[in-house]
Amino acid sequence: METRASLVDTLAQTSLFADLSRPELEAVAHEFDEEAFAEGQRVLRQGLSGSSLYVILDGAAVVRRDDEEIARLGRGDFFGEISILTEGPPTSDIVAEGVLHCLVIPRPDVERFLLERPRVMLRMLRAEANRLRGMLEWQS
Amino acid sequence: MAVVELPFPPGAYGVVVVGSGPAGLQAAYELRRRGVDHAVLSADEAPGGMFRTLPIFERLISWTKPEAPYAHGSREYELYDHNSLVADEERCQACMASLMDRTYDVPSRAEMEAGLARFAELAGLRVRYGCRWEATRNDGEGFVLETSDGEYRCRAVVFAVGVTTPWTAPIPGLEHAAHYVDVRRADEYDGRSVFIVGKRNSAFEVANSLLPWARRIVLASPRAIRTDVLGHSPLRTRYLQPLDEHVRGGFGTSIVDASVERIERNADGFRVHTRGTSWDGPLVFDCDDVIAATGFRAPLQDLTRLGVTTVADERIPAQTAFWESVSVPGIYFAGNATLGSPGLRKQGLSSNSGSVNGFRYNARVLVRHLAEKHFDVAPPRPLVEPDQLVSFLLRELATAPELWIQKGYLCRIVNLAADGLRDDGILPLQIFVDEPGPDACAIAVEMAADGTIYPAVYLRARNRVAEHPLSPHPLHDYETEEHRRALSELVDPLLGST
Ligand SMILES: Cc1cc2nc3c(=O)[nH]c(=O)nc-3n(C[C@H](O)[C@H](O)[C@H](O)COP(=O)(O)OP(=O)(O)OC[C@H]3O[C@@H](n4cnc5c(N)ncnc54)[C@H](O)[C@@H]3O)c2cc1C
Repeated sequence: METRASLVDTLAQTSLFADLSRPELEAVAHEFDEEAFAEGQRVLRQGLSGSSLYVILDGAAVVRRDDEEIARLGRGDFFGEISILTEGPPTSDIVAEGVLHCLVIPRPDVERFLLERPRVMLRMLRAEANRLRGMLEWQS
Repeated sequence: MAVVELPFPPGAYGVVVVGSGPAGLQAAYELRRRGVDHAVLSADEAPGGMFRTLPIFERLISWTKPEAPYAHGSREYELYDHNSLVADEERCQACMASLMDRTYDVPSRAEMEAGLARFAELAGLRVRYGCRWEATRNDGEGFVLETSDGEYRCRAVVFAVGVTTPWTAPIPGLEHAAHYVDVRRADEYDGRSVFIVGKRNSAFEVANSLLPWARRIVLASPRAIRTDVLGHSPLRTRYLQPLDEHVRGGFGTSIVDASVERIERNADGFRVHTRGTSWDGPLVFDCDDVIAATGFRAPLQDLTRLGVTTVADERIPAQTAFWESVSVPGIYFAGNATLGSPGLRKQGLSSNSGSVNGFRYNARVLVRHLAEKHFDVAPPRPLVEPDQLVSFLLRELATAPELWIQKGYLCRIVNLAADGLRDDGILPLQIFVDEPGPDACAIAVEMAADGTIYPAVYLRARNRVAEHPLSPHPLHDYETEEHRRALSELVDPLLGST
């Protein structure tokens, strides 16, 4: 097995965190957990309250709504933010495809996490805007 | 000298457990109780694991209260005694209660070690001591463990090896520092200026113990201390004096949010270069000693080479809800390492799987699962009379130690079987919400983001799970008329089908 890059190095290569300095990245790695999921394991559960914000560090996941696959996610993508920002349960399942590594930012910490790191928030907003544009173009 | 015959000679077994700390002992007890063929190996010479030498300054952070409203040995008493292993027979229960000298309501290291040894003795647990697991192979049907005594073959293996191997952050020069585990006596720091890398339990334990001796103490790590979170952590029980001194002006004690960039050794001691995380700029410290309280990792030997996935820079093996490696089926974990199976984390709630109070139940549930999955030993699933269901569930919600200590992590399940309602016992909540099964209900105790504790009910119907929080109660009394009514309505569909 290849040895994995250190957690801080992995965070440094994640676009969401591209503007953070090394000490800031270390603080993120210290404060939040990395979690790894088995093939087929659910990470978010449609309709179940209290989920977290996840950033994919390695591996892939599928987005499933009512048992139907609607999207795929890969390294650098994040999920869980919609449910946290709208204060409702997740609208889809997220299921690991192969072993999936994520950084986990627990729901109660997300607001503070973003307010303390406006550049991360801006990058997140950009990603959301791109998703929205993709959806609008697809619908038209 | 008498010749002592060692148990469990090398050979083939159903399950091999490695470790004789609290988790290894709990797993060994459960395997014997369920009649699963097994062997228990340990590199130590006696039971107790980590508690034979740690914590360095001799005081635990988990409570055992000799006096409680419930009798020693009752299930309810386990809520008042977070350090005893759990057992069916009365003589093995609540081992810690009578060992406490009552200086504090948390045991000393020596009391804890004695309590674990007493459990092992009273339960008659056998362990092959002085036997070191060195390497691991997968032989297609199971695993081969190479040990200092020879080879052990098994279908499944439970690693209860703890999380006590020193881990140091990749900071240039930190290799010159002593690690937490190398610290010996506080008086050796008489009049010295000490820089501690880290701000978690072990950093505070050392800082607190050096307060009467050291001239100056600095604790530094990148992440800021959050006093709102501290109130809910085990740290609150002890070791907060250094924080108190810092907050009052830091005369002699400073707590700094900084990443440590490098450490230089010089004729006078050390020079530590840091850079702020919650503030901007560099800060340089000259000191006599540097102590790395940077944490620990699990001693996984060659398991990563075998394909076992880890998290947190190879410190902890990543596990499924039944504490099986996410990448190598058949490899299971017990004890402190079960932090690698964090569960649903609802509202960010974490488990107590890193301490005895929580992982003693994980080990029990793990063995029940192993026995059924690999050895066809089904647990008893007693019938529940329909008119008793609501009372039974409310009583569990109010007093079950598994649900209270492993909040949002373990749950109690009652299934609708062909012949009526069957109590499926304690299982991971994650299993209930993710795995298919018969129509059923599960109950758990959960905590909202603002710290409010409330009972939760999960209903599974045709493999769809819905959750229903019930009202909190200021004294956590869930056996009220209101709760009875709410729960009765929820479980009515289950009762209707019996
Ligand atoms: C400083 C510190 C303080 C703590 N304080 C508390 C506390 O107050 N309360 C609490 O509940 N928890 C506390 N903990 C958590 C603690 O780790 C556990 O509660 C507990 O001791 C872990 O039990 P365990 O059985 O998982 O592992 P351990 O107690 O660490 O036992 C591991 C066992 O595995 C064996 N082993 C390891 N490698 C091998 C090998 N290669 N071959 C054979 N045998 C091997 C060891 O010899 C040992 O017997 C503390 C942890 C630390 C680090």
